[in-house]
Amino acid sequence: MASHPHAADTPAPAAATAAGWFGRGVLNVFSLPALVLFSAQVGFAALAREAGFTVGETMAIALFVYALPAQVVFIGFLAAGQSLPAIALAVALSSVRFLPMVLAWAPVVRPERGGRIGMLFASWFVAVTSWVFAMSHLPNYPRAARLPFFVGFGMGLAVVSTAVVGISHVLLERLPPLVSGGLVMLTPIYFICALWGASRGDADRLALMLGLFAGPAAAALVPGVDLLAAGLVAGTAAYIIGRVLKARRAAGEAAQ
Amino acid sequence: MTEPFPSLDPWGTYLAILVAAALPTQVWRWIGVVLAGRMAETSEIFVWVKAVATALVAAVVAQLILNPGGAVADTPLLLRIGAIAAGFAVYLASGKTLAFGILTTEALLIGGWLALG
Repeated sequence: MASHPHAADTPAPAAATAAGWFGRGVLNVFSLPALVLFSAQVGFAALAREAGFTVGETMAIALFVYALPAQVVFIGFLAAGQSLPAIALAVALSSVRFLPMVLAWAPVVRPERGGRIGMLFASWFVAVTSWVFAMSHLPNYPRAARLPFFVGFGMGLAVVSTAVVGISHVLLERLPPLVSGGLVMLTPIYFICALWGASRGDADRLALMLGLFAGPAAAALVPGVDLLAAGLVAGTAAYIIGRVLKARRAAGEAAQ
Repeated sequence: MTEPFPSLDPWGTYLAILVAAALPTQVWRWIGVVLAGRMAETSEIFVWVKAVATALVAAVVAQLILNPGGAVADTPLLLRIGAIAAGFAVYLASGKTLAFGILTTEALLIGGWLALG
């Protein structure tokens, strides 16, 4: 099962060394999903710059977090003057989706035997873009190729993203306010669309809608812990309503 | 440059990035690798946690629209909300095409900004 006709965009030749697979992974960084990620990272750089982060700090966030929602939550919370434990908790909550994502990803990518250290390292580069790519393409590759290919692709994405963040942070200074302002607003529309696209049920979509209203409401009612409170209240409400809707639908089907 | 974030004191910004941003994110990836194959990702706790996480990011997004930093803060709030709402509507109407949604928002925002001088 080395090469399926389906993988026309990423040919999988029969034999290559681990270094060869790594290199092939790196080459796949030049693709359309990667371009979307890079433009979203430009939006993040604009956001971080407007919030007062230096170019070095902004690049460190992009590389060591490497999760756009967590990056934006961190910047947003810090700029809103929330306490460090509240920030860490909020970032942890916004990144908890990596647990189910990695649980689904690991059986696809892991080698036949061992590779625990390699998998722990590779998991750094699991984010929406690389995850979607890995889940759709890697099953067509021989098992020995998957981990080096993923590390090449994921690391390539992370390194180029970090470079894009650094370059745009510096260049934004010389851009007219119209352009930098437009880039700042890239993040909200990207996230609303991406969250909707990643939703797996009523609860997720309700959480998105309720959260948009709960954020500003909580900022007025409980300043200081507003974003966390908004997430917990709106998310829990969305979960409960989602469960009721699901149960009602199941009951409706049973009645027919 | 002086420390712009009073809530970080006495933390350095880089230490804060590692402790409050990188670690709380990476830890889930590590747990995922360790637990892979031993956990059901359809369990109710995941559904709830994902809803809370989604609402949290949505709350942050709302704050970004209401109080964006820099020059875009000078635009009328209604223009920003309208541009975002229209972009999302186009995204849905175009069969979830991300590029159309983003382009609509940006075109309305920048067009409106120019028109209002």
